[in-house]
Amino acid sequence: MAKKSVWSDNRFWQRSAAWVTGFASILLIWLTFDTSVQIAMGTDADLQNGVTKRVPGPTVINYKITYEMSTARGHEVPVIGEKELFFGRDDYSEEEAGALLHLGKLGSQTKNCMNCHTLLGNGAYYAPDLTKAWLDPAWGPEGSMQAMTGKETKEEAMAEFLQHPSTYPTHARMMPNLGITAEEAKGLVAFLKHMSSIDTNGFPRNFGKIKGAVHGK
Amino acid sequence: MASNHLTGIGSESKQLATWYFTFAIILFGAQLLFGLVAAIQYVMPGFLFELLDFSVARMIHINALVVWMVFAMFGSVYWLLPDETGIETVGIKIGKLLYWVFVAAIVVVVLVYLIVQVGPADEMSIWFIHEGREYIEAPRWADWGIVVVALGFVANLFMTGIKGKQTGIVTVLMADMLAFAGLYLAGMFFTDNISVDQYWWWWVIHLWVEATWEVFVGALAAYALITIIGAKRQVVEMWLWIEVAMLFGSGILGMGHHYFWIGTPEYWWEIGALFSALEPLPLVAMFIHVLYDWGKETGLQMAEGAEGHAIAGHTITNKPAFTWIVLNAFGNFLGAGIWGFFHTLPQVNLYTHGTQFTSAHGHLAFFGAYATILIGMMYLAIQGTNGIKVLKHTKSSIAGIWMIAGGVMGMGIALTIAGYVQVLVSRAQMGATWAGYFDGQSGMWFSQAMDWRLIMGVVTFLGFAFLIKDFLSTGKNPVHER
Ligand code: HEC
Ligand code: HEM
Ligand code: HEM
Ligand SMILES: [Fe+2]
Repeated sequence: MAKKSVWSDNRFWQRSAAWVTGFASILLIWLTFDTSVQIAMGTDADLQNGVTKRVPGPTVINYKITYEMSTARGHEVPVIGEKELFFGRDDYSEEEAGALLHLGKLGSQTKNCMNCHTLLGNGAYYAPDLTKAWLDPAWGPEGSMQAMTGKETKEEAMAEFLQHPSTYPTHARMMPNLGITAEEAKGLVAFLKHMSSIDTNGFPRNFGKIKGAVHGK
Repeated sequence: MASNHLTGIGSESKQLATWYFTFAIILFGAQLLFGLVAAIQYVMPGFLFELLDFSVARMIHINALVVWMVFAMFGSVYWLLPDETGIETVGIKIGKLLYWVFVAAIVVVVLVYLIVQVGPADEMSIWFIHEGREYIEAPRWADWGIVVVALGFVANLFMTGIKGKQTGIVTVLMADMLAFAGLYLAGMFFTDNISVDQYWWWWVIHLWVEATWEVFVGALAAYALITIIGAKRQVVEMWLWIEVAMLFGSGILGMGHHYFWIGTPEYWWEIGALFSALEPLPLVAMFIHVLYDWGKETGLQMAEGAEGHAIAGHTITNKPAFTWIVLNAFGNFLGAGIWGFFHTLPQVNLYTHGTQFTSAHGHLAFFGAYATILIGMMYLAIQGTNGIKVLKHTKSSIAGIWMIAGGVMGMGIALTIAGYVQVLVSRAQMGATWAGYFDGQSGMWFSQAMDWRLIMGVVTFLGFAFLIKDFLSTGKNPVHER
């Protein structure tokens, strides 16, 4: 009988499978520690001292956020600028802002935004991506939504829309009324504003930069 | 290699398997129905508006999907365990009790989804209505129920594997099912930080479908090759270990392809690209493996007659099951391997991320990799419980296969075209704004693709009706050899 080759030996492959799996798992766990530190939420002190965090603290709602091309990184990054009023205030404490964000994040789950929209690109494809919704031109001074909802500011217009979405339709495919209260809407807008400040490595690309280039128009 | 897979009769484990399969196929039907509702809403947005909104229909569609597959996976294990270990499953009484607990929990969860739909923004809604996190929306109370049921299942598997004969297939299943159940825990907490949220969410979703479930399919395919065409265990199990090494070796770190844009650091670009690009390799290997064994066993059969095979004149002792398993080998490679590779590099994924292209891949992969082989296992159970030696095709089994596979493929193609439009118009041209999104959605190619998806969805559903008809009638059909 010919000598049995190691390549056709089940024990050999069983051990290889165990080693490969163990090695990959350990590497993943190690990377998870590193990533967890990098995506932990920043603090109010970080914001005041200009420390850039991938996920800024909740008090980022006190500041103006823009999405600008970074030549060093070759794509757009969120930039946190000077103070900006949010529902008439720019002095939310860490606790107040944290409570708003908490309410908004809870609302985003209990109202099931993710089964129509994508958040950070994950979710459903029935409605626009919300990653940078806070920065969408439609909500800005040049957009139509403030006039449509009869509100003076972006955050009030968004909150009004979220409470009565099917009252302000812009397309045949409408967002339904989800029973969102005024307080919940405020939390959700804080949640959306916070999300727009997360460093997503340049996703989405060219957000809001190109206007009206479709069909040669 | 005498196997008693032909006689399901008298084994409580196999009886429990049939219960699991029965509830699974009912949920599959529910999945398709709610998928149709969601697809109609793309074409006619007013359909059931503010009655049964897209979010509710979609949530039930994908939850039913995950749950029917878990049911069919548990059923498959209870089915093959007595054959592999040579003994009756240990703790089967508790297994049966847990089955009813599981079914009752699912029914309550779905009724709450349908009737309550959304709750106020507080922890109570998370505990009792749903968690609003794609695929694992089940409310927290149900999470704990699922943990208990899964622990009971894993305990049965371990006790049986240790007491009986512990084949390679059983060893793989034991390790795999433990990881499968354990990973669910990563999806059971709430955090305000959406990046942390999605980081762990993918531990459940990705490490299920691209690691533990794939290995599970490898083990099922090994069992099926041994029982249906009489492939040699020694060789099949060697392949199985190689597949485990390749699947876990690429799939675990391949998770990086979901960490490109959720706030996580840039190094995931390289890690995700490298390892996920390797993920199709084991899928190619599994495809070749099935075809190779099929060819080899057919050749042996022709050369040696009945020798080495249970039944004279037949390489394949269960035609419908084997057809579904070959479809699995191909569909896994196509839907997960090819469609997955299409969008797995960060340069491409920057534009395809979260478009209909993802949906095309999701449909083809879930169907090709899992639905197929689990339906195959159901045919094995029909053969066993009816004491059939050679189960043949019927008109309905063939119609079911063609219409379901053709329908899903058609939906996949339509969604791919829609995704292409979305990438070009909404993403590349318009930069993903609200207005850009709707510019893409209103294009002619996009809206026609949505029509075709709906048509192909109806074809799929009709195919499902044939499948059910076959399930209910083929056991008594006189064409089979008994
Ligand atoms: C049933 C599906 C559905 C659900 C659930 C849903 N939306 Fe919407 N949403 C839509 C649709 C459709 C539109 C587009 C409406 C239009 O253009 O007329 C939209 C538009 C929006 C917009 C404006 C678009 C933009 O890019 O700024 C925002 C903001 C928004 N939704 C936020 C939310 C939030 C927050 C939630 C969860 C609390 C949510 N939506 C839940 C369907 C949904
Ligand atoms: C009657 C046939 C079907 C129809 C009409 C249908 C329709 C749909 C629709 C409309 C969505 C929502 C997509 C979106 O968010 O835009 C969806 C999602 C999904 N469906 Fe189906 N579906 C069908 C069958 C299936 C089958 C057979 C499977 C798998 C076995 C499946 C798996 C999925 C998955 C995984 C998702 C989530 C996709 C993602 O998020 O990328 N569906 N389906
Ligand atoms: C059977 C195996 C697989 C299944 C069932 C599956 C299923 C899915 C599903 C349902 C999604 C959408 C998730 C969501 O809703 O957000 C997804 C996303 C993705 N899959 Fe897979 N997949 C499989 C294998 C693969 C493989 C082998 C690759 C790569 C080679 C791959 C690459 C991807 C990528 C890159 C995404 C992210 C898409 C995006 O950015 O939107 N998948 N997969
Ligand atoms: Fe993945």
